Amino acid sequence: MVSEFGSGEYAKLARLCQPMAMRFMPTLTEQILARAAGKSQVAPGEIVVIEPDVILSHDNSAAIADIFAQLPHKRVKYPERLAITLDHAAPPPRPKHARNHAKIREFARVQGIKQFYEVGRGICHQVLCEEGIVGPGMTLLGADSHSPHYGWLGAFGAGIGRSEVAALWATGQLWLRVPETLRINLAGSLRRGVTSKDLALALIGELGADGAAYMAVEFAGESLANMTADSRAALTNMMAEMGAKSACMPPDDTTWRWLGDALARARPQDGQQRLELFAANALYPAADAQVAREHTIDLSEVEPLVACPHATDNVLPLSEVAGRRVDVGFIGTCTNGRLEDLAAAAAIVSGRKLRRRLLVIPASSLALRDAAEAGYLTTLLEAGAVIGTPGCGPCMGISMGVLAPGEVCISSANRNFRGRMGEPSAEIYLANPAVVAASCVAGELTHPADL
Amino acid sequence: MTKTIHRVWKYGDNINTDVIFPGKYTYTINHDPAQLARHALEDLDPAFAAQAQTGDVIVAGRNFGNGSSREQAVTCLVQAGLRAVIAHSFARIYFRNAINNGLLAIECPPVVDCVETGETLAIDTTAHEIHADGRVFAFAPLPVAVQAILDAGGIVPWLSAQV
Repeated sequence: MVSEFGSGEYAKLARLCQPMAMRFMPTLTEQILARAAGKSQVAPGEIVVIEPDVILSHDNSAAIADIFAQLPHKRVKYPERLAITLDHAAPPPRPKHARNHAKIREFARVQGIKQFYEVGRGICHQVLCEEGIVGPGMTLLGADSHSPHYGWLGAFGAGIGRSEVAALWATGQLWLRVPETLRINLAGSLRRGVTSKDLALALIGELGADGAAYMAVEFAGESLANMTADSRAALTNMMAEMGAKSACMPPDDTTWRWLGDALARARPQDGQQRLELFAANALYPAADAQVAREHTIDLSEVEPLVACPHATDNVLPLSEVAGRRVDVGFIGTCTNGRLEDLAAAAAIVSGRKLRRRLLVIPASSLALRDAAEAGYLTTLLEAGAVIGTPGCGPCMGISMGVLAPGEVCISSANRNFRGRMGEPSAEIYLANPAVVAASCVAGELTHPADL
Repeated sequence: MTKTIHRVWKYGDNINTDVIFPGKYTYTINHDPAQLARHALEDLDPAFAAQAQTGDVIVAGRNFGNGSSREQAVTCLVQAGLRAVIAHSFARIYFRNAINNGLLAIECPPVVDCVETGETLAIDTTAHEIHADGRVFAFAPLPVAVQAILDAGGIVPWLSAQV
């Protein structure tokens, strides 16, 4: 039986849910979800069933395959929609991690998963953008909490758990609650030395770790036009730390230029065709779209900030914590491991020697290659930094650079929870990459301008 | 009769997935029940894994389970015997993961300030009530379709039954 939700296993489930009142000024998120659900419009609170364009998983694919094996479905419904990267424990630090990777390679081979990316290619969110897998107006559900990342391209991305990814592999479908929207208006311009990481920390510090819980964040305002592609990705990525289900912004010239370059590099055969498909698929929020909440922030008032141990919303101005002890620095992750971040670090350490260890892990092999070409790696190495294999590194405490008891780390990553980098007595401060680099030069938390 | 009595473990706001189930185990401990239970709340409260009993519940503040999508942050509690988490609010991925593994995740802000560790409360899943501190607190039922997944014991048994 075919209903408006299709004929899959979720059709019965979806029919049980009553649509809410009609709305006529849809947000970007509502438009994307309405189209994905095959409906003319959707309203916050409504439960819809969608078939996401992309289903993301990474090192957790081995465990997901175990769950998938418990289901009666033997084949992946839409193998062409899966995207799998090996990034979270890469290269594998222990035999168990290596066995996971071997199992995932075998699963990808047997199920015919072509969008499979090996150890060293980079972090899922960066790789899927670089490969032109996700574009404006598309939907992605991923077994990774930083899946709101894709909103920088005008796409809908949300994190889910392993069992739901197994269910998606089996049926291609999943239920979602249409989120209320928090619109964040960006006014004014960031000052020199202040980045979108500081903007994200300012928002999280002000609104709290659950400031956008269950909500879609949509960024708006003329200031967006001045923000680089790399900075945008850091911003939507970090909204996971504010509890957001998804975070997005409308595509503009910067988006299209970036996608054009990425597709030309990744898909020389059909990149132009895919760019045209992306353009046809793109959606934009209605002018004066109705939102549940609105927040305006003046970018010119944002200063360099630090999230102090052990919470992402424990945010203080860098000026208040300058001088605190630092043992080690980490620049990398899906939040701040892109070319722009490596460039900022190189500019700080150029001609200087590091007083503290600094581990630099580019977000992808392309970021690594471009940083090598631009000379950033040479600059970082001459200052005394260490370069790691593109991937997640020590972000979640598994590989390459975990902390010793009592150590203090200044990091460009996204989480500073107790035990996050492997050792519960260690302390993690989060900041923008230039602050991380400056602190490793000075040997204590330091504003780059004070070097 | 759906009213059941439970012993309480009480925690605060923003109990994140890293302190519920440390990331360093994420790809090496996946399904083994004993190992999952042993590391539950390892970096928050070592007494929990040692003393938790079948049927216990956690009562916590805002944003329970924020952070990673790792599902072991739910299954480690299930394997430790936990029946429910009652919180002021949940992080959204954690809420979904709880439903998908048959763990009751109940949003009921007023009950949070009324009980402490070691005390007991009762949950009535039919009347959607929590009885604690001599009072009765109502909580909202799940959407019917989502309740069906929880009632089946999680998304794997639910989906298996649909085919």
